[in-house]
Amino acid sequence: MGLQKSEIMLVVAAAAIGLLSFVIPDWLAFTTTLAIASAMVVLGVVMLMRAGLVSFGQGLYYCIGGYAVGMGGRFLGVTDALLLIGMGVVATVALAMLLGLLLTRYREIFFAMLTLAFSMILYGVLVKSHNLGSTDGFGVGNWTLLWFDPEGGKGSKTVLWLATAVGLAVALFLNRYFGSAIGLACEAIRENEVRVEYMGMSRRQILYINYIIAAAIGSIGGSLTSLAAGHVDPTMAYWTISGEFIFIALLGGTGHVAAAFIAAMIFIMVRTYAVELFPNSWQMILGIVLLLIILFLPKGIWSLFTRKRRVAS
Amino acid sequence: MGHPTSQAGVRRTLLSTATSVALVSAGIMGISQAANAEETFKVGLVTFLSGGASGPFGVPAAQAAETVIKAINAGELPAPYDSAGVNGLQLESVVIDEAGGPTKQVEEYRNLVQRQNVNAVIGYISSGDCLAVGPVAEEMKTFTIAFDCGTPRLFDEVENPTYLFRTGLDAVADNVGAAHYLNDAQSDAKRLAGIQQNYAWGQDSWLDFTLSMEQLMPDVEIVDNQTPQIFQGSYGTEISALQTKRPDIIHSSMWGGDMEAFVAQASVRGLLEQGTAILTTGESGLHRFKDQAPNGTILGGRGPFGGFMPENDLSEWFSKAYEAEHGTPPSYPASKMAQALLGLKYAADNSGAEGLPTSEQLAAALKGASFESVSGTVDMGLAGGHQALQPMLYGEYHYSADTGPELRNVRSYKGACVSPPDGQNAQEWIKAGFPGADCN
Amino acid sequence: MLTVWAILIDGLIYASWLFLVAAGLTVIYGVMRILNMAHGSLYALGAYAAASAIGWYYNGGGDQLWIALAMIAACAIAIGALAGLIMERGVLRLMYGRDEVLMVIVTFAMLLILEDVMKIIWGTTPYFAYQPYAAMGRFNIGVLTVSGYQLMVVGISIAVGLALWFWLERTKIGKILRSIIHDREVSEAMGVNVKRMFTITFMIGAVLGAIAGGVTAPIISVVPGVGVEVIVVAFAVVVTGGLGSITGAAVGALIVGLARAVSIHTMPELELFIVYAVMAAVLIFRPHGLFGQAVARKI
Repeated sequence: MGLQKSEIMLVVAAAAIGLLSFVIPDWLAFTTTLAIASAMVVLGVVMLMRAGLVSFGQGLYYCIGGYAVGMGGRFLGVTDALLLIGMGVVATVALAMLLGLLLTRYREIFFAMLTLAFSMILYGVLVKSHNLGSTDGFGVGNWTLLWFDPEGGKGSKTVLWLATAVGLAVALFLNRYFGSAIGLACEAIRENEVRVEYMGMSRRQILYINYIIAAAIGSIGGSLTSLAAGHVDPTMAYWTISGEFIFIALLGGTGHVAAAFIAAMIFIMVRTYAVELFPNSWQMILGIVLLLIILFLPKGIWSLFTRKRRVAS
Repeated sequence: MGHPTSQAGVRRTLLSTATSVALVSAGIMGISQAANAEETFKVGLVTFLSGGASGPFGVPAAQAAETVIKAINAGELPAPYDSAGVNGLQLESVVIDEAGGPTKQVEEYRNLVQRQNVNAVIGYISSGDCLAVGPVAEEMKTFTIAFDCGTPRLFDEVENPTYLFRTGLDAVADNVGAAHYLNDAQSDAKRLAGIQQNYAWGQDSWLDFTLSMEQLMPDVEIVDNQTPQIFQGSYGTEISALQTKRPDIIHSSMWGGDMEAFVAQASVRGLLEQGTAILTTGESGLHRFKDQAPNGTILGGRGPFGGFMPENDLSEWFSKAYEAEHGTPPSYPASKMAQALLGLKYAADNSGAEGLPTSEQLAAALKGASFESVSGTVDMGLAGGHQALQPMLYGEYHYSADTGPELRNVRSYKGACVSPPDGQNAQEWIKAGFPGADCN
Repeated sequence: MLTVWAILIDGLIYASWLFLVAAGLTVIYGVMRILNMAHGSLYALGAYAAASAIGWYYNGGGDQLWIALAMIAACAIAIGALAGLIMERGVLRLMYGRDEVLMVIVTFAMLLILEDVMKIIWGTTPYFAYQPYAAMGRFNIGVLTVSGYQLMVVGISIAVGLALWFWLERTKIGKILRSIIHDREVSEAMGVNVKRMFTITFMIGAVLGAIAGGVTAPIISVVPGVGVEVIVVAFAVVVTGGLGSITGAAVGALIVGLARAVSIHTMPELELFIVYAVMAAVLIFRPHGLFGQAVARKI
């Protein structure tokens, strides 16, 4: 099975980021890392959206991923970045397998509110955990990548490379996943789940698997964020953060995996400049941008690309 | 009510927005930054401009910064700060909203340093933001002053700091001071209760306070501690729960609008007639309570700030200038911001640099220094010369419609009485009975 | 025994406040199928309007309690109706027919915009309008005290609930609205002007939100962000009770209010997530909330 055209584009884009990392200033490297990390969580949200579910609590797994990195370094002495990310994924999958049993029974607003509730319960538990610094959170220790120790343990370039590599792997995987039987079945469930059952597939099972994968990817995003920012705190599980991920998901649309990455970058840059130019009214700008997108680009910015292609052909 | 100022507030917002637009567009268009950098000293100011902490803390601090920076640039400050600018350079500020959580603040900090090329950063009210930004400041080797955040863990997380300073006290001093005040002024108290916002600040404050009380007033019984959510606003249920426990002292580390709302409600419900409240951040409500807080309520100002400022040329100038520009006397967050800026000016003036001082020069000048400020002489005597050692003050609130609010029966506790010796864990120090404390 | 009484009284007081906040949310959802996140902003608008009106009145030398209360009501109704009209006509009208969850995001965008609009109008200084609260004094019940103002809130809440019930069940508009709830297309075919009904419903929901804020203003200090804090709690109440049901909102408010009072009096450390725990527990056993009805899935 060779690479599809869009996969080649993804690989090229990742390589370009890798090369550009040598020339771009540090702040841009950091911003790009955060964008890639959020894009992963957003991809989880997109996966659920393709199945017709909106999670207002993806911050739950984002937070677990982040805390796994922080706690693994602090309490278990694990320093390898990949191992730390892996620990987050294991913890996340365990929890998602449990919650998924319950959540796959719910649709629409009830799914949204129930995911929100679980995320807020984690927030409440962390706020109460004095040993974990309560709302202040705690710092992530120095980390290593496989055998080398990047730039004194906090290299912003290294974490960008790591994020790019992991992001590429996830993007390639999801690109195939969306086209696979189970990925397509998710879209069928969104359209009409009773018919899916008629076709002999179990919608619960499909949604369950989809939910767990989405959670695992969200956890990776959280781990990368905490490696880059060097700090974790309970706001990661607060509902407004989950709201941001939905915001980005809508911005990008569900058309293609690359959309999430582009949208995350745009979101972070818009926010950065809005905060700086209009420190007192950046929320208003975000709100207006969001409304305009919903009005004029209901399928997200990805529809700009496809529209152009259609015109060209 | 803040009506008369709100009009002016809008105008100021527009003005500052216009300035920042101008600043940033200059930055984007790449107007010869090197030439610029020689003429001005650029400082990033990070404080809450939105959310619940903006009204009581962030905005007063930003307003104080505006007043002080203007005076520094015009050379209008009293001695020893009567020279114009910092080390002869005009101060230029970039104001950033602190809202959005630590991860976003780390991002904004990097933006400030690398994209805006600021020479120093002053900011951070939230402890979480301080803890997240501190290590980054060291990593990016940029002179940074935390002007308000109170976490005692700051210099545990950032060991052996070079570039990070805090020109105020941490929350340990607030609560050790509160226990001392009660011991001196309310020695017949028997039943103690608390109400704290449910997050790190509230939990740490209550822990330090109760540990200190066990040492100083071991006979006092702790009957209850309520932990409402931050920004909850309405405390009816908590107040009944406290009432059923009949405390004679109610300790609270709540701040801002929450604290004022609690006082107003508890006063109407009669809780504050049963017991006396001791509010560790109460000073920020000094000019706002009117008859809502009963006379005798004990207020703290997180050190010699706001209404607790000692009388000296600087504090007199600052109170007048701030009130003239913003219509109300400065509260403690405003004083703390002024103090951080004076610290910056002191460091720059004494850096020995020709022209623009480097972060290393600034840090070397401020480390272990004592500088004059609105709160008296500040001794950077903690955390290896990186944190201020200052006295802690508490006093009783008294109000009459004719004379306005005043603080009576003010007691001051020396820095060495309320803060552990350098390098010692605060809670162990308290549990051991404050060894080495100098309280006379 | 004292604690039990305290729990009952506090639970009732908090529940009546919750019901006031949640009523508008559930009315709008019931008729329009929009879970309105900007409800928190409407609450904040009402609170700000009431707080500035009361401040203006008392600073001008006024001291009549009933005038202050009338001003709260007038301001809240005026600003709620105006904001509701603008939001419905200016934004929501362009979006009807979109996915239910997408509408949540639309209202989230409106929330972001309104937060900053309020900051531009009212600044960031906390507003205090404690005079009516202080003027109504308190009643002593043994050691317990209850403020007169809070008892009044209980009364208002009951009145609002009864008025809503009467409006939906006993008036012509109510009948039309119920027909829309039941089947939008058919009622449209029968000549119902659904668009106009949506405008009316949204304005009434908005006014309810603003009244909740206006009534709360004298108890709290009105600061930026008060609205954001109440949305999630209001959501939880409405979802617990069953979306779109007035009875559900009332029962949901009572359950959440009592659960919270129990936790505060006995285990204060659980307070932070008691609301979510109650919601999750109810949804596990009643997937559509206590009074919610399952919708048949299309084939």
